[in-house]
Amino acid sequence: MPTPDPPLDPAERRRIVSDSIAVSVATGAYGISFGAIGVSSGLDVLQTCALSLLVFTGASQFAFVGVIAAGGAPLLGAASGLLLGVRNTLYGLRLAPLLDWHGARRTAAAHLVIDESTAMSVTRDSTAAARVGFLTTGLGVFSLWNLSTLIGALAGDALGDPRDYGLDSAVGGAFLALLWPRLNTPTARLTAILAAVLATVLVPLTPAGIPVLAAGVVALGLGLRGRDGTGADS
Amino acid sequence: MIWLGVLACAVGCYALKVAGLSVPASVLERPLVQRIADLLPVALLAALIAVQVFSGDGRSLTVDARLAGLGAAVVALLLRAPFLVVVVASALTAALIRLAG
Repeated sequence: MPTPDPPLDPAERRRIVSDSIAVSVATGAYGISFGAIGVSSGLDVLQTCALSLLVFTGASQFAFVGVIAAGGAPLLGAASGLLLGVRNTLYGLRLAPLLDWHGARRTAAAHLVIDESTAMSVTRDSTAAARVGFLTTGLGVFSLWNLSTLIGALAGDALGDPRDYGLDSAVGGAFLALLWPRLNTPTARLTAILAAVLATVLVPLTPAGIPVLAAGVVALGLGLRGRDGTGADS
Repeated sequence: MIWLGVLACAVGCYALKVAGLSVPASVLERPLVQRIADLLPVALLAALIAVQVFSGDGRSLTVDARLAGLGAAVVALLLRAPFLVVVVASALTAALIRLAG
């Protein structure tokens, strides 16, 4: 793989690879919960595994099965998943100059653009180091996430009524764990509260899937409000 | 019909990833784009939690063991527990309450 940088120091390479593998194992493991939640939401094992293989971005996959579990139309589930996937576009914008891939390589690498692969590469100071972090984490998470999704889906299928195991509650817990680190500014916390209230109010009034999409308007509104400098971080 | 949703979500999410790697970086530098993009996942996840915890059968609101499960998740997060522990704590709490009820 040609690179404009000097070759990566072997000790640094080893450190990046071992860090990336640790992140992959930790992230990959919770594919088990996705697999179990997927089949308990009304998807079959194949559909649950297809989400992990083809969508491959955790929050969007959880959003999709969440809408299905609530009785929403699959296309509304897809729309919720897409809105959550917008952040991967921003990751890509930051990664593109750093990874410096073009053509077929870039097209292939795009599938691996997720929270973890971005986190493990965006802080590197050379293209060579960023690529090692991106590929090790991206491929590591991809392999383990898909393997553990299959295990979780097969296990979940054999369990019986998912409510007996609190799997419906596990979805809320999973979303909260994904949300938690993002609540680091007053605007973010206000956004979360308004979005949750709006969605709750809309549940009895609109078809499943709509409350979540409507909450996107809150982000739009508060994002616009920050424009004159009075909102975003006051 | 679920397959249609799965495929639409897959194609769309991949397109979003490719777009990021392909679009000129100047788009990201607009603060408005950055702010909305930062807040979008926050709003959606918060809404998903609310729907997941409070929606009952059909179009109704209910309070049940899921709210206790969410409370357990909050406690786990305050204790800085890893993702899997948070999810398991939430599930286990709801399961135990249903078992007792």
